[in-house]
Amino acid sequence: MNTISRTEKPQAGTETERTFMTPGVDIIETKDNYLLKADMPGVEKTGVEVLLDKNELIIVGRRPAGAAAGNYVYRESRSRDYRRVFELDPAIDATRISAQVEQGVLTLVLPKAEHLKPKKIAVTG
Amino acid sequence: MELSNRYLENSAGWSAFDQLDSLRREMNRFFESPIEAMPRTLEFFNGWVPVVDLLEDPEKFTVRVELPGMDKDKIDICLHEGALTISGERRIANEDKEVRLYRSERAYGRFHRVLSLPKAVEGDKVKASYKDGILEVTLPKVEEVKPRQIEINAS
Repeated sequence: MNTISRTEKPQAGTETERTFMTPGVDIIETKDNYLLKADMPGVEKTGVEVLLDKNELIIVGRRPAGAAAGNYVYRESRSRDYRRVFELDPAIDATRISAQVEQGVLTLVLPKAEHLKPKKIAVTG
Repeated sequence: MELSNRYLENSAGWSAFDQLDSLRREMNRFFESPIEAMPRTLEFFNGWVPVVDLLEDPEKFTVRVELPGMDKDKIDICLHEGALTISGERRIANEDKEVRLYRSERAYGRFHRVLSLPKAVEGDKVKASYKDGILEVTLPKVEEVKPRQIEINAS
């Protein structure tokens, strides 16, 4: 099963690429679900948007624009928000997707559609 | 004395070509072996480098480290002779055998970052917090290095 395998990364130099950064993602398949985990350090629960548009799943993480605690002596972080788009496989039941954020990690639970789950057929007679 | 001798021997034996050769062998091994057979803790690619910021205001230094999804007990912070060391390990939470991995982009393993602080800080007043996957360490400066406004007395 080739689920949510095609993802869109912003093209270099485009508006999206300048405004957002792409979070690193793990996609794991379990018996009943697919789990999508995205690293979005600095994003609170209120800063997360999960949008479902036809078969596209869009995740956005906005970082609070608080005042920095002083001047940067040394800086590696970027002040951009996170955004990434995935194409959902029909094997996913889009009506039951759930999301949670904990310590900067967004976890989406993408349940497999009922009719695609392996079924055990009892032998009768 | 013994220690310095050993150090000299080692440095004499060191060669950039040896290092390059071992890197090349490691790379070959990486590309020749199938992905499934790759242990996630391959020596050469082991660990990750979390993003670090150092900020300064008149009162203190603030160090921010992006460490998403960590257990706060697995983060070690150490201040020694003006150098702040932050280290720890991020483990894969889901090591269940029944799962299949489709995509693995997040960093796992050990990390170790050292920041040298530009000015003296009060070691016993250092505080650390961990929220939304960001470790924030505040290090108050010692009195002597804080900027002081000097008023001119009119005489």
